[in-house]
Amino acid sequence: MTEWLHHLSILPILAPLAVAAALVPINERERTLKGSIGIVSTFVVFIVAMILMRLAAAGEDSLPGSGVYQPGNWPAPFGIVLVVDRLSALMLCLTSGLALAAQVYSMARWHTAGHHFHSLIQLLLAGLNGAFLTGDLFNLFVFFEMMLAASYGLLLHGSGPLRVKAGLHYIAINLAASSLFLIGVSLIYGTTGTLNMADLATKLPALTPESRMLVETGAALLGIAFLVKAGMWPLGFWLPTAYAAATPPAAAIFAILTKVGIYVILRLHLLVFGAAAGASAGFGQSWLLAGGVATIAFGAIGVLASQAMGRLAGYSVLVSSGTLLAAIGLGREEMLAGALFYLVSSTLTIAAFFLLIELVERGRDAAADVLAVTMEAYGDFDEDEEEEEAGVAIPRTMAVLGLCFSLCAVLLSGLPPLSGFVAKFALLQGLFGMPAADPARALSAADWTYVTLIILSGLAAMIAMNRIGIRTFWASIEGTIPRVVIIEITPVLVLLAACLFLSFHPAPAMRYMQETVGDLLTPGLYKERVLSAPRAGDR
Amino acid sequence: MELILSAGIGALTASGVYLLLRPRTYQVIIGLSLLSYAVNLFIFGMGRLRVNAPPILDPGGVGDLARYTDPVPQALVLTAIVIGFAMTALFLVVILASRGFTGTDHVDGREQRGD
Repeated sequence: MTEWLHHLSILPILAPLAVAAALVPINERERTLKGSIGIVSTFVVFIVAMILMRLAAAGEDSLPGSGVYQPGNWPAPFGIVLVVDRLSALMLCLTSGLALAAQVYSMARWHTAGHHFHSLIQLLLAGLNGAFLTGDLFNLFVFFEMMLAASYGLLLHGSGPLRVKAGLHYIAINLAASSLFLIGVSLIYGTTGTLNMADLATKLPALTPESRMLVETGAALLGIAFLVKAGMWPLGFWLPTAYAAATPPAAAIFAILTKVGIYVILRLHLLVFGAAAGASAGFGQSWLLAGGVATIAFGAIGVLASQAMGRLAGYSVLVSSGTLLAAIGLGREEMLAGALFYLVSSTLTIAAFFLLIELVERGRDAAADVLAVTMEAYGDFDEDEEEEEAGVAIPRTMAVLGLCFSLCAVLLSGLPPLSGFVAKFALLQGLFGMPAADPARALSAADWTYVTLIILSGLAAMIAMNRIGIRTFWASIEGTIPRVVIIEITPVLVLLAACLFLSFHPAPAMRYMQETVGDLLTPGLYKERVLSAPRAGDR
Repeated sequence: MELILSAGIGALTASGVYLLLRPRTYQVIIGLSLLSYAVNLFIFGMGRLRVNAPPILDPGGVGDLARYTDPVPQALVLTAIVIGFAMTALFLVVILASRGFTGTDHVDGREQRGD
């Protein structure tokens, strides 16, 4: 029984891989069949992720094999390990939930825009889940590349000059970042002789100063690779263009891609460069803070300057990752639970917004909106244009869309009472809620900059959303009222409902986040679990 | 040998980065290839340079570490080569698509004055 349960931890990688392979030979005309298989598989992964999250929430003892899975049945640090803990289970759950929404949405029309859409989504899922589960750096690279390769395909899905141009930049930048990733990994291996993250954390404090310098160089190079993915300020110029050019379901699932960079930085920062790391403790923190603050500022200005909704959403992604990076960089442990809550809430919001944009803009007259790049991007669509979407159109389209849009606006700008506000409140409470008497914890200039920027970025989002909302919903309708089918609006509603649930029942989620942060702040526990996990035969 | 290897990695990286920053897609892809060769050599070098030492056990010399070289970087290089090659192929496809759409091989999709 437990033996069977033990294999659950590898299912989130294996199931999407197998399904992706199985979907390739099926004829492209059987799109509904392919989509249904994909959705069923993602749903299974979602259920598994929920189970893993429940088990992780109950503590390490209830996770089968203490959450450490050895695919080659070799103990760490010699063999490859997959580690399920609260943080990775949370990310698995978020990923599969988003993928589910994107897949259901794509069934209405977007999966007809190109080939192998559903296989690519499954491959992306396998890569993402692998990156969240893996316990060693080189497998992180492999899963990262898998995820990136699928994301290149998804970005180009639907083709058209705009997408190809955005894809060209996206791929070139990510390939260069992958080279840096490899240099970083090999530097770390060359000096410490290990690739396992737990083992690395154990060996780091004992290194000579010269070797430690090399490890830190390696870690900095690794960090650049992740920060490119997370879109930190000088490294993130490609992001708004690429995300705005992607098809809506692809863009929605891309909302989690930046969070992979954040996840790895959070994990490595607290595990390897935590308080136990000796002289290397807190390595790179000031850079994270500076970069994060610059990213929020750049993102907020971009949000204000955006004329089209796609770009607005792209810059919101930047604001979201800047907020998280700076929160990690401030090094206040009390803020981390709020940061995780913000991660979940903002990812769900941005994904919902990406899905909603296309529905809103669909009815617009092309001439009335010369600035919207979307029509040009969809120009390649002629073949399928006549094909009516399957399904029933929803009644009162504009009312429903307007309601969803205003929910997105409130969530993105972090106004009460929704989860965007709860998340920012938790972040700021973590910052302010400390005893003022302790001089070491007095608020510094950096803290105040952060607070100011968080509030200003919310204001910028509100202004931009108001402007675009008024132009879209209160202007006289020049185009036709968009025909929106139920399976397109449902994923948006479900994602927003998840945010609403987080808004009104934040306590269980908050408790989970606090436990997660508790895990992250005691890296000794993680190290011990990974390094002393017994082989399957010995159990 | 160390000098040759490091000089080689340096030259490849420098050329790769230079080409990567050029405005033509062909130069960019060649730059990326050179960069990935440099990275592969670098990973190889990180396992320390040894001559005539196999990374796998041979029946005669089991137990004597001095006879072997570190097998892990070789495995890593193999994976990195495969992944790098696949990515370059994919990038080539995108470059061809871009050339088809825009009629130019400029990375921005249109010619700029002064190039």
